[in-house]
Amino acid sequence: MAGVPMSWRDLRRFTPARVALGRAGNGLPTAAHLQFQAAHAAARDAVHARLDVPALQAALRALGHDPLFVRSACPDRRTYLLRPDLGRRLAEPDRAALRSVAPPDLALVICDGLSATAIDRHAAPLVAALDLPDAPIVIAEQGRVALGDDIGEALGAEAVAVLIGERPGLSAPDSLGVYLTWQPRRGRTDAERNCISNIRPEGLPIAQAAAKLRWLLGAMRLLRCTGVALKDEQPLPAPRTPLRLGEQP
Amino acid sequence: MALADVPLARFLAEPVVPYETDEVTRLILDGHDEAAFAPIASLTIGELRNWLLAAEPAALAAVRAGITPEMVAGVSKIMRLQDLVAVAAKCRVVTRFRDTIGLPGRLSVRLQPNHPTDDAQGIAASVLDGLLLGAGDAVIGINPATDSLESTHRLLTMLDAVRERYAIPTQTCVLAHVTTTLRCIERGAPVDLVFQSIGGTEAANRSFGVDLALLAEAHAAARSLGRGENLMYFETGQGSALSAEAHHGVDQQTIEARAYAVARAFSPLLVNSVVGFIGPEYLHDGKQITRAGLEDHFCGKLLGLPMGVDVCYTNHAEADQDDMDALLTLLGVAGVTFVMGVPGADDVMLSYQSTSFHDALYLRGALGLRPAPEFEAWLERMGIGAASERLPAALSPALIGLG
Repeated sequence: MAGVPMSWRDLRRFTPARVALGRAGNGLPTAAHLQFQAAHAAARDAVHARLDVPALQAALRALGHDPLFVRSACPDRRTYLLRPDLGRRLAEPDRAALRSVAPPDLALVICDGLSATAIDRHAAPLVAALDLPDAPIVIAEQGRVALGDDIGEALGAEAVAVLIGERPGLSAPDSLGVYLTWQPRRGRTDAERNCISNIRPEGLPIAQAAAKLRWLLGAMRLLRCTGVALKDEQPLPAPRTPLRLGEQP
Repeated sequence: MALADVPLARFLAEPVVPYETDEVTRLILDGHDEAAFAPIASLTIGELRNWLLAAEPAALAAVRAGITPEMVAGVSKIMRLQDLVAVAAKCRVVTRFRDTIGLPGRLSVRLQPNHPTDDAQGIAASVLDGLLLGAGDAVIGINPATDSLESTHRLLTMLDAVRERYAIPTQTCVLAHVTTTLRCIERGAPVDLVFQSIGGTEAANRSFGVDLALLAEAHAAARSLGRGENLMYFETGQGSALSAEAHHGVDQQTIEARAYAVARAFSPLLVNSVVGFIGPEYLHDGKQITRAGLEDHFCGKLLGLPMGVDVCYTNHAEADQDDMDALLTLLGVAGVTFVMGVPGADDVMLSYQSTSFHDALYLRGALGLRPAPEFEAWLERMGIGAASERLPAALSPALIGLG
């Protein structure tokens, strides 16, 4: 029976969840309690962090891109958190900048969303892995996913892929999501998009995320749509651990 | 006219969402029991508050079928937190499946063993961790990372096997969409509780992909399995209708109370308001989450539901563990039916903070509350409760596929 957990602590090797924390009376032992507080502080920092736009611009230029920069209609982070509607709209003065670009097949929008940390860490590497030299890139500050619709419409883009920082969890403050929308127009719903989520080294690694997006782009161009009509029909990878319980359906 | 002066009868005459176009309004008004309403029929909202604070538990139970969600929401708006606690504490709602939920002096816990990729061993490890800390008597319920039929069937089979191997007097649930669960039932999967998120308008329910007929179909399918008495598990939360633009201009708390009318039509085992999950656009900070959690619990209990609350927050809300401790303690005093138990309060799949197994132990300890009686006896039989690193022999991890 080698490998069978003999003590409570052994459960930790099966899950990233906070199992086997021990007990101090009914409470958490001090170390676990303080680790939680530190993780919460890191997640809060990620929510309130400001996107490092110059660093991102430099990284994208090094990849041969010439990114544009826009803001949403949210003047600050507090407004962003309380007014999702404003985060979906372009700041009017920034709309003109987008008209200088020839209407592309695909535009990439890189957006801080709820975690600038995710964009700081993973956006440029994902762009590099995607290798889409012809796609114009727009960096957007204080943006929600649907800001991509406004940007895509202003660009006259046939499709838009929004790379956005996802809501930070305690264990992952830097998770990046990609939302793909065919014919972006203001008022599109989430049912009209396809999403790739949890992109980070410990989640869905960059290379796999890039491969998945390339597959979706191909399927989108064939079907000329995104959303519920475009099912992700790639074969699923095998489960990481074999099923030990009951029969497999 | 001030809210406190509005006569209750006016809520019957003037629905906040039109009767003709909304099946939830029709459910509320067509099911209204005049005889049960009689004791409060002449009161205003302000007078109802006085009546509730003075009423005996039996009188509160007797008025359930005569009071509407809009009246309950209305009176909650002029109540302080202590009023919401005091009245809810007098409401007793008992439901049964393999154990008995909601008895006086008891606090149950939903064991929530979520995993980012639905990994069977990862889930099993969190289940065992929770059982060792006395959680799981309300339900062992997974939020699946993917809502596919195959994955849901696999998780149902896995949870059922864990429950069987350890002979736990509790019930299991995979919180997939009701249509997925229906298809699992057709395929012969071991379904205990049928789950669905619901809202307080027909349009809100449509945004969840359900209507009353579909819920009735699911309820009938669960009944056909003959596994338990109360068969449904519903989740709700203020703001869901607003976020789907399905609120008809009505405030989010009134719409939330209307969702409880949907729930009670199907005699659920458990109803859970996921109060802090929706985010700061709807409930901005700890103070708002606290108020909303107590409102939801009060409204649900007064309408006769086995109300639990997911005492929780997201990282973009202005809230922290201190806010959760305060709300959890208030809900314990208010007699909350169940709370969530998540390893270390950190849900690694849904990326939010809920209450931990430890939090539930704290609440039971501080208020002298105990688990459901059948589950409590099982904990004793299995030798669970000692603060020891060693695992009780009867809970060998090998039995549930760990190793």
